[in-house]
Amino acid sequence: MSLTLFLILCLNGLQYGLLLFLIAAGLTLVFGVMGFINLAHGVQYMVGAYLIFAFTGLTGSFALALPLSLLAALAIGLLLEYAVFRHLYARPHLDQVLATFGIIIFLNELAKVLFGPTTLSIETPAFLSGAIQLTEQLRYPVYRLATIGVGLAVAIGLFATISYTRIGMLVRAGSTTPEMVAALGVNVTQLFRVVFGVGAMLAGFAGIIAAPIFAIEPGMGDNILIIAFVVIIIGGVGSIGGAFVAAILVGLIDTLGRSVATDLMSLFFGPSMANQVGPALASMLIYILMAAILVFRPKGLLPAKGVVA
Amino acid sequence: MARDRMIGAAIFATLLALPLLLPLVGADYLMGLLIKAMLLAIAAISLDLIIGQGGMVSLGHAAFIGVGAYTAAIALESGIEEILILLALTLAVTALVALITGALALRTSGVYFLMITLAFGQMIYFTFTSLAAYGGDDGLTLWSLATLFGSDVVQNGEGLYFFVLATLLATWAGVHRIGLSRFGRVLRAARDNPQRAEVMGYPITRYRLVAYVIAACIAGVSGLLMMQYAEFVSPAIATWQRSGDLIVAVVLGGLGTRNGALLGAFFIVLMEEILSSLLHEWRLIYGPLLVILVLYAKGGLADLMAPRAKGAG
Repeated sequence: MSLTLFLILCLNGLQYGLLLFLIAAGLTLVFGVMGFINLAHGVQYMVGAYLIFAFTGLTGSFALALPLSLLAALAIGLLLEYAVFRHLYARPHLDQVLATFGIIIFLNELAKVLFGPTTLSIETPAFLSGAIQLTEQLRYPVYRLATIGVGLAVAIGLFATISYTRIGMLVRAGSTTPEMVAALGVNVTQLFRVVFGVGAMLAGFAGIIAAPIFAIEPGMGDNILIIAFVVIIIGGVGSIGGAFVAAILVGLIDTLGRSVATDLMSLFFGPSMANQVGPALASMLIYILMAAILVFRPKGLLPAKGVVA
Repeated sequence: MARDRMIGAAIFATLLALPLLLPLVGADYLMGLLIKAMLLAIAAISLDLIIGQGGMVSLGHAAFIGVGAYTAAIALESGIEEILILLALTLAVTALVALITGALALRTSGVYFLMITLAFGQMIYFTFTSLAAYGGDDGLTLWSLATLFGSDVVQNGEGLYFFVLATLLATWAGVHRIGLSRFGRVLRAARDNPQRAEVMGYPITRYRLVAYVIAACIAGVSGLLMMQYAEFVSPAIATWQRSGDLIVAVVLGGLGTRNGALLGAFFIVLMEEILSSLLHEWRLIYGPLLVILVLYAKGGLADLMAPRAKGAG
């Protein structure tokens, strides 16, 4: 494999990893702070993608559609929280799983009814189209670079908020001892709502920036939700730093693995066998990584302190 | 306990009598529906062993249905047609897969366990989609089906119906026995208070692992029979949504009760049939219905029939 290809794959992997981080961050925060297991988090990613599709169709401009989609994603997240999820915080995890499973079924079907079962796509916004010459042989799409930049910026912003602001302090305190935070006079309901809204918006944002790159289709959030779970397990539940490290790791390994596995297998098997085993192995790589982490560090790479599952 | 057995006996007597009545109304279609419901019920009862009695919420149980179905299908393709041999193969392969994934997954508990079983389930699902020699994404249509001692009695119609019914009965009775046994008691003790069970000297992870493997094996058998019934196998049999449906069946019916899981499975199959005949987009109703049931009907269907302390064996 040439160095150029390797670099491109690394950039793609980084980009995929940052996307995963946006989703996993919300999931792990919501779980860490509220002990709420939200299967419907992946659906927010799908909602984001459909929103940007609808709003770019309406306004004709990605730049205009972006804030509208973000606000709508936030509104939908808060609506779900108000209508359903807040009744579930004190319930056993099994109830939370069932109810959020019901939401997934509903929203996936709704997307199918409103937008049709086929895959949709939107154009890369004009001001971010084209490619940049990175090295002599390496041209890389501007949009993908932009998503890497934005993803990193959001990650840093999130770190800073959680480490240095009052609300971040409350989130950290809430994830270890919510009763104590409530006893000290903090409106925990409000705190939950803020965390939930931010989480939903981050997932929606991931869907928005993924829309020009990947296909938009009903159920697109389900697979990414499961990968986000893998990320959280590897990183340690409730830990933003862990989610970041794990998301980048998973993004890189998955992307590199898919292009290398077949070549690697042909070193051991014949070409036809390698063509079969390679892709299968590539799609299993991240799960194998997860299993390995579980054996050596059952609590994840960077476990959050004091989170009780 | 006695009440459980009586309700169970009533259900099985009905299922035994139905094929005698159905031809009178000329309903082959209903028989197919009942077979489907019984197959789901077998898997649901097995899941209830680990969720209801073991307190381990697995969101990857459908993967074992898939492992069973694919093991049997691949063996069939390579010329093994005797259903009892297929059964043995299915049990062996599912047990092995469950042993490995279970040993890893049980290093954690609670929500972590749920996420990990979901991830392993998805991994197994993707393995099926990459089996290019056996149809990949599209699945595999079977040109020959399993036979019982060389006869085609278990291939369709009443023969298959009674074979599935017998398997369901064996599953019900087997899991019922486990519930009454010392093993079942330890399992529930570990669910209610792991520390205490551990202090009493029980290696609870080993107990849980055994329960996990048993449940997976039963699910594998239901997979084998699903393949036999559908004459077809595809990765769709092992999607995580199916694992979700199984949890719905178990919880709707009421945790820790065989009859509950059984009725929950029947309820799901019938409801899907009825709703989808009314409305093509029936999931628009099914989804909110689940939410409403969770919010307002705790304890499930079985509680409505037998109001008593939850979780008894």
